[in-house]
Parts: sequence; C-alpha cells; structure tokens
Amino acid sequence: MIWTELDTWIVLTGALTAMACAIPGVFLLLNKQSMLGDAISHAVLPGLAIGFLVSGTRDPLPMLIGAILAGLFTGVVSGVIERRGRVETGASLGVVFCSLFALGLILIRIAADHVDLDPGCVLYGALELAVVDSHAVPRIVWQSAAILALNLLLALLFFKELQLVAFDSRFAKANGIPSGWIQQGLTVVTALTTVVAFESVGSILVIAMLIVPGATAMLLSRSVAGVLLWSLVVALCSAVFGHLLAISMGPVWLGWLTGRSDLGSLSSAGMMAASAGGIFFALLAASTLARKLQPAPRF
Amino acid sequence: MMESFWRLLLLQDHNTRVVLAGACLFGAAAGLAGTFLLLRKRSLLGDTLGHATLPGITFAFLLAGTFGISPRSFLWLATGATISGVAGMGAVLLIRKMSHLKDDAALAIVLSVFFGAGIAMLSAIQQLPGGQAAGLERLIYGNPASMTSGDAWFVLLASLMVAAVCGCLFKEFTLLCFDESYAHTAGWPVRPLDALLMGLVVLVTIVGLQTVGILLVVALLVIPAAAARFWSDDLRAMALVAAFAGALSSLTGVIASALLPGLPTGALIVLASALFFGASLLLGKKRGLLIRHLLEREASRRLRREHVLRAIFECAEEGKPVVTLEQVLAKRPWKKNELTAEIGSLTNDGLLTTDPSGANFQLNGRGDSEARRLVRNHRLWEIFLLNHADVAPARVDRDADLIEHVLDQRLVDELEDLLDEKARERLVPGNPEKSLP
Repeated sequence: MIWTELDTWIVLTGALTAMACAIPGVFLLLNKQSMLGDAISHAVLPGLAIGFLVSGTRDPLPMLIGAILAGLFTGVVSGVIERRGRVETGASLGVVFCSLFALGLILIRIAADHVDLDPGCVLYGALELAVVDSHAVPRIVWQSAAILALNLLLALLFFKELQLVAFDSRFAKANGIPSGWIQQGLTVVTALTTVVAFESVGSILVIAMLIVPGATAMLLSRSVAGVLLWSLVVALCSAVFGHLLAISMGPVWLGWLTGRSDLGSLSSAGMMAASAGGIFFALLAASTLARKLQPAPRF
Repeated sequence: MMESFWRLLLLQDHNTRVVLAGACLFGAAAGLAGTFLLLRKRSLLGDTLGHATLPGITFAFLLAGTFGISPRSFLWLATGATISGVAGMGAVLLIRKMSHLKDDAALAIVLSVFFGAGIAMLSAIQQLPGGQAAGLERLIYGNPASMTSGDAWFVLLASLMVAAVCGCLFKEFTLLCFDESYAHTAGWPVRPLDALLMGLVVLVTIVGLQTVGILLVVALLVIPAAAARFWSDDLRAMALVAAFAGALSSLTGVIASALLPGLPTGALIVLASALFFGASLLLGKKRGLLIRHLLEREASRRLRREHVLRAIFECAEEGKPVVTLEQVLAKRPWKKNELTAEIGSLTNDGLLTTDPSGANFQLNGRGDSEARRLVRNHRLWEIFLLNHADVAPARVDRDADLIEHVLDQRLVDELEDLLDEKARERLVPGNPEKSLP
C-alpha cells in the first residue's frame, strides 16, 4: 500500500462529508424520516438535469438551485399526497421519488448531447477523480468543510427546537415553535448537503452517512447531544477505515473470496458506506451480547 | 415512424413479442405483490430489496470465472441477487429485533450499506479490461430490449407463480394485511405466510432487474398498488386494478421507448405508471380527489339544508308560523347570503312558501313534515345523551347537532322504544348558543 497526498485528500473529503451528513441525519432518524435521505438523493436528479439544461454548463449554482427545489418538491408533494390522497407515508414518498428519479434519468439522456453528465457519476460519485485539482487544497475539501461548518452551526443554534420537534411536534407547536418550518428547514439542509456531497462522494455515501452513524450512535448513547457527538466519531472512523479497506485489504480479500488476481482498488465511497455498516453491525452484536450477559434486573 | 409503430403494435417481430410479453407480465406480477406490500405498510421494503441485490450480482459476476460460468448468464446473476436480497431482508429483521431503531431506519441502513458494498465491487469490475461491466449496467438501469426468449420464459414462470400463490392464499394474505394479531390468535401460521409474501416480493424484484433495473424496481411495486387504492375498497378489485396498471405501464413504456430511441426503457415504464397514478389520484372512483370533493360538497349542502329547516321550525314553534329572515339569522352563525340562497332553493323545491319580497316565509306541508322529522331526531338524540350517556346538559345540543343527520330509521325506532314517558318529561335546556353574551 502506498499512501500519497491524494489519499489524504480523499480521506479528508470523505470524513468531512460524512460528518456533515451525520448531523441532519440524527434528526431525520428522530423524526422517523430515515428514508427521506434516500428519497431526496434520488429525487434531486431531475433538478440537476434541468439545471444543466437551462444553464448549459456544469456550473454548480444552477445545479444546486435545481436540486434543492427538487428536494423540497419531494418533501412537499409526498406530504400532500399523503394527506389529501390518504396514502400511507412510505408509499407516497416512494411514488414521488421513483417518478422523479425516472424523469431525471430521461432528462439526463436528453441533456447528454449538450453536457457531459453521467447518472453513474451522480450515484457512485468520483471521489478519486474529484480530489485531483490544481489548487494546493482541492476545492471539494473546502466545499465539504463549509457544509460541515454550516450544519454544525445550524444544529447548535436550533438544537432545542430540533429536539422538541423531533420528540413532540405538537408540544413544540403549542409552545410557539414553528414546527412546520423547522421540518422544512431540515429537508432543505438535507437536500443542500446531498447536493454538495453528490459531486464528490456520490449519493450512496450520502444515504449511508445520513442514517448509519446516527443509528450506531443511538446504540451508544441515550441523549441527543451524545448521539450527535458519537455520530460524528462514527462518521470519521468509517471514512478512514473505508478508504484504507478500499486501497489495501479490500481487493486482496475480494480476490481471495472470488479466486481472482486481476482486481484493482475498490471505490472509496462504496467502501466507506460498507465500513459504516460494518461498524454498525459490530456494535449491534456487542450491545445485544452485553444485554444478554447483564444479570436480569430484579424487581 | 408510423410504419415502425404499426410493426410494433401488430407484434410483427419475434423480439418485440418477447420483450412486450415479458415486461407486461412483470408489471402485472409487481402490481399484484405490491398490493399486499402496500397494505402491510412496507412499500419501501421493495426499495431496500432492490438495492440489496447489487452486492450479490457483482459478487456472482466476479465468481463466475471460478466456476466456469459465463458472467453474462442472467440466471447465475439472478441467483446471486436472490441470495443477497434475502440476506438484506434478514438484516432488516435482525436490526428490528435487536435494537430500538424504527423500521424506516433499518430499511435505510440495509439499503445504503448493501448498495455501498455492491458499488465497491462494481468499481473493481469496471476496471477489468474489455468493458465487461456493460452487462451489469443493464441490470442497474434496466433494459428489457436485451431480454432473450429464455429470459421471457423465466419471467412468465415467475409471474404465473406469483399470481398462483396470491390467488390460492388470497384470504390468508388479506387476513395478514388487515389483522395480523387476529390471524395469529386464530391459529394461522403468520410467520410462514409473511415469509412467503416476502419471498414473492423477492421474486418480483429479481424478475424486475432486467425490465426496470435495481434502482427503479420499487416503483412498480409501489406505484400501481397505490394508484389502485383510489379505485376500490375491495381488495380483490384493487389487486386486479394494480396488476392491470402494472401491465399497462410496462406496455406503454416499452412502446414509448421503441418510438423514442435512446431513452431508457425502465424510466419510461416508471413515468407511465406515474401518469396512471396522477390520473387515479384525481379521478379514482372510490378515493379520488374529484369524487371526494363532490361527495363532501353534497354532504355539506345537505347539512346546511337540514340546519335551515330545523331553525325555521324552531322559530315557528316559538311564535307565529310566518318567520322572518332576521329570526332565522339569529339562530346560528350563518352567512347572510348563504342563508338567502338556501331559502331560495328550499322555496324552489317546494318546502317553503315565501312572499315575493323574500323576507318572510312559512313551512308548507312537505317542508313541515321534513322539519318535524329532523327536529324529532335532534331531540330524541338529546334525550338519549342526557339520560343514557351522561353528557353534560350544556353540551347536548352541540353533540346532537353532529349526529342528527346520520340517524337512520332503525336507530330512531330503537331510541323511541328506549326512552319511556318519564324520560321525555325531563327538561332539555334550550340552545346554549343563545345564552352566550
């Protein structure tokens, strides 16, 4: 294994993005909206494509606006279908994001004549290519650091409100907290984070990092602040382990399992998601074991 | 263009026949299985399942060489997909059982982690010489045009199996969807039934890989079923509509993609089903927005008419049979123009006699008997609430207001039997709204 400067940037970008995702993710988890991350990351595709079609360039700003609008559209429209059409939550979300994703795939194919845009790139990201940059510190490192700072700031500023809305939105409303706005805000932040992370790490790492660190942290802590802190730690660890696995042991193990010797390195984003899952399942097993070993409480 | 359209519609090519039949059968099977999935409130399980098949597919692809199998064989890749799909479902159950995390969190975790692992392996395949990954791309985005007649037979067999199992176990699945705990206490094998249903969903997912691809297979499990919900409350009819919607969407999508070359077929199929969903949401016979709006308007119109009739009767009861608009207006918080409009329509329907100025009116024969019936219902219910339901006197009028419109004759008869003479002597307080300042 050879560690180069590029590897440092890859790990840094992955870790910053993962931590940026983990923060809104904890609140999505508490709001029972875990699949919203998945839905948004599929649904922003037509927004991206329309942004491209309108501006005709890979300029990030129209793409960002289009994607955020598409993300909001998903949240609002699925809410309307759920309430007015009386369709169950999961199904209404499914209807909306599947339709938007299909529309996005078609628009991208139409836009392909004008701009170079590949749905695969949106899904899996191109972390390895994105860090190759002419600047001393690659642009996407700054970008992910900025979004992490923004999410941290928002979480600290609205900590009490977010917590109240998550646990008892009616009580929050009765106390004058605009719980509807807080929830919309969470959707916007999720969409924003998703879009910024797209370019660098792809949507799959976003979906994983929105939910898995938070869920792992919930096995470790019972307070919201504790869960937030632990989720940042888990996000950081999965980024580091994920990249290490991708460039060193991963191909060797996979080659041994499948009896092949012609495998190159694996996708870092994919391995980061997988190692977050590894950490989660290991801790899940450990916590179950610990509960089994504990003497039964006496009443 | 027209010529190719007719060639397509008349099924002149063998290949077209295969692709159309395969896609339609898949659509129908997905609609059928999706109906039960929707009613079990597990629609998004299909999404997780679809994504969870990727590591199995890529691993099978890498492993193919060792066993001397062609890495392009659909059956071999489908085996891998099935194994990892089932493993994904097991992981969801495991998380649900071993932690306090909610179902949606379990689904999101398994989806992203499995898909991440799949992507990692896919990236290794993409680096292999010879562009071998192209065969896998068609399973991710779906490409029914690549279907061979062997694949179509597989789809046919699987769809028939789904239809047969759903048909034979319709009653059992219905029970499972609507009242799982009752099914359990009644001695039905709930767990095996649940496992069988999920097995069907896995089968549909595997079949769908080729038609709409990993990413969109959930769409055909969710959208036709959700659309069918607007058309019927009867599960049998709903399942049929969902199967039909699935087949129709696949048909439309495949035809559209033949006419618009270059656009992804899977996405076109999903868009077709989305259009069907939109139409059902608006026009659905049972729960569509339009029909519900009309019914609600009809109900509120009837409610207002009954309130006006009762108010006129009560005014007439207090004094002269000729009632003025001001008297009725004081009875309830009406809007003046609404009230005048309603009095106009009552006059037109022959229930009221109104003098030409429109300010004074009187109940005529038909109107009087209708108003009597309504007032009687209202008071019967008030007395019932006071005597038998222990409702506070001040609330009785309000509560009776809510239910008087839906009392049917049988219930009215029962109430009359129930309330003896003594009870009728008890005083019902007047309209509490009047005592308010």
